[in-house]
Amino acid sequence: MNQPQAVHRADAGSNSDLPQLYRMMRRIRTFEERVGELFVRGQSAGSMLHLSIGEESAAAGVCAAMRDGDRFTTHHRGHGIFLARGADPARMMAEIGGKEAGYCHGKGGSMHIADMGLGHLGANAIVGGGIPAVVGAGLAARHHKTGAISAAFFGDGATGQGILYESMNMAALWSLPCLFVCINNQYGMGTRIDQATANPRLHERAQAFGLAAETVDGLDVEAVAEAGRRLVDGVRDGKPAFLVIDCYRFYGHARKDKSPYRDPGEEETGRAKDPVAFARAALIERKVLEESALDTLDAEVAAEMDATIDFTVAQHEPPLSSMFRDVYAPGEPEPEPVRTRIDRILARG
Amino acid sequence: MALQEMTYRDALRKALADSMTENPDVIILGEEVGRYGGAYAVTKDLIKEFGPERVIDTPISEPAIVGAAVGAAMAGLRPVAELMYVDFIGMTMDQLANQAAKIRYMFGGQIGVPMVLRTQGGTGRSAGAQHSQSLEAYVMHTPGLRLAMPATVADAYHLLRQALTKPDPVVFIEHKALYTLKEMVDLDAPAPDWGKAAIRRQGRDLVIVTYSRQVHYVMEAAKKLAAEGIEATVIDLRTLSPLDFDTIRTHVEKTGRAMVVSEGVMTAGVAAELAARISEECFDFLEDPVIRVAGEDIPISVSTALETGSVPGPQLIFESAMKLLSSREAV
Ligand SMILES: Cc1ncc(C[n+]2csc(CCOP(=O)(O)OP(=O)(O)O)c2C)c(N)n1
Ligand SMILES: [Mg+2]
Repeated sequence: MNQPQAVHRADAGSNSDLPQLYRMMRRIRTFEERVGELFVRGQSAGSMLHLSIGEESAAAGVCAAMRDGDRFTTHHRGHGIFLARGADPARMMAEIGGKEAGYCHGKGGSMHIADMGLGHLGANAIVGGGIPAVVGAGLAARHHKTGAISAAFFGDGATGQGILYESMNMAALWSLPCLFVCINNQYGMGTRIDQATANPRLHERAQAFGLAAETVDGLDVEAVAEAGRRLVDGVRDGKPAFLVIDCYRFYGHARKDKSPYRDPGEEETGRAKDPVAFARAALIERKVLEESALDTLDAEVAAEMDATIDFTVAQHEPPLSSMFRDVYAPGEPEPEPVRTRIDRILARG
Repeated sequence: MALQEMTYRDALRKALADSMTENPDVIILGEEVGRYGGAYAVTKDLIKEFGPERVIDTPISEPAIVGAAVGAAMAGLRPVAELMYVDFIGMTMDQLANQAAKIRYMFGGQIGVPMVLRTQGGTGRSAGAQHSQSLEAYVMHTPGLRLAMPATVADAYHLLRQALTKPDPVVFIEHKALYTLKEMVDLDAPAPDWGKAAIRRQGRDLVIVTYSRQVHYVMEAAKKLAAEGIEATVIDLRTLSPLDFDTIRTHVEKTGRAMVVSEGVMTAGVAAELAARISEECFDFLEDPVIRVAGEDIPISVSTALETGSVPGPQLIFESAMKLLSSREAV
């Protein structure tokens, strides 16, 4: 369950790649569906859960071009990316449930999940907040000559943040191995991309800073993987790049949002751009896998993800005593609890 | 208008609508304030009423939202900039602290920046470390800024209406857990003055000074204290700048005991400022140290147990007051 994602090096469009990409996308979709279920069952920590359904090709495709040792940050809609980099879905789900067994011991949650072992420098609840860290990680990779790249995953909404442009400029100026991945699901909460910018051709901005930049249609995960591979090869050589994946956010912004601001016709068209269904159809059509084999695969994935819920429900919340841990490094003085302080002050005479 | 039931959210919305009707120069700008109606639905349908030129949806660009409000205010508008979460205030701190707050002073009094920055903070939604903070101390620590933090439905209305008439930048921090608070209000009744604290309860034994959501927790604790024979005066500051210290002093001098309660972290926070000031100014009247009940000096966790455990609640306030009062008997 916890094995890192294999490095895909097959040629573009090669049939041997697609089953793996499909499997990963199916895992992401099913995981996200289970996150929704966790919320409905009242077992999630809050409702600020952002599902990446409809965007699976971005995570599966780009991450296929990454390898062990690479580092990355994600935005708040980052479950799929983390899974595609090898995360254990049970520990992810437990974190989303605010449980001690989660990746961050219930302190971070869905929007602040991280795992240094897998190179995940952190999801972020500040739009654009995780982007500059990959510049720093790029500096470190160059300094330590690791050959690693660092990738920032963010949404179209983050293109409104100045820090993206500051970061891209530095990466280009210093020829850092940085990849900027913009998952354009057409919306930042209720604001459609054309309501947030006069020029929605987002990759042009990166070109202005001297980055290699392209836009790829997220419907086709093989196309995403191919673009990812092409750009990542350059990035490893110190040519930073920017990749836009065009897709559609199938459901609401977070769990409580029903997207009343979207036209039902638009939603229907948007959801027809389904990368999972598209890959499945391609596998059948090219006779790579039969429908029954895909059904079996889907059922395996469903069982894997069902287990994450059972696991999470059985876990406990972190003990109150853990509250003061990790504000500072182990061994450093911990903050004094308010209660203790009051007792100390009043225990006179 | 007679007495009617209203939520904190609706009172804020009404304050915006009434101000916009009264003053055509009032505009709103922020993320999701228009078509979406606001992340917490405070600006719901205002775009229908006042149009997209006065209710402006912005890109996700906090520094420029606040900066644009500064310029608009200098150029004759009365902007209300909305910051979706107070946690993003750090991103805007240059525009707020170096520009908005200092322009009147640096430019020798030529011009002010009459803008309102509406935002919300606090715990209560398992929203995690970057969406749950109480950062009012950043604002209170910055000369030139005014700061209002309503606890009640009536104050949500009146303070926002008044903020929109003030000559200087006002940061207006709502509490996310109060939006659904319902109270009976008569908004036509005379409003309390801006900058004046409210006495929510009077008692002979101690004064509890607080603001925002903690007012409700303190009132709950005060009820339990009364059952134990301890009577507390509860002061709701309403605005932290200006700060109505006269009211605090008057009541502390009467009881000789003071406690301050704030959801923000304890160290170098609003509670620290209030406690220091009470200790200095009421020294001769105090029989016990001023006690701070405040947020733990830690980030907020997504786990509900840790989240609620890291900020004051009625129980901690009650217990702390009991300890403060029983320390008197020991002397
Ligand atoms: C600095 C900051 N501003 C605003 C928000 C509130 N917010 C959270 S997600 C979001 C929309 C982000 O859109 P996008 O970057 O396209 O990501 P998506 O949600 O579409 O995946 C907004 C405005 C935030 N979390 N951080
Ligand atoms: Mg988006």
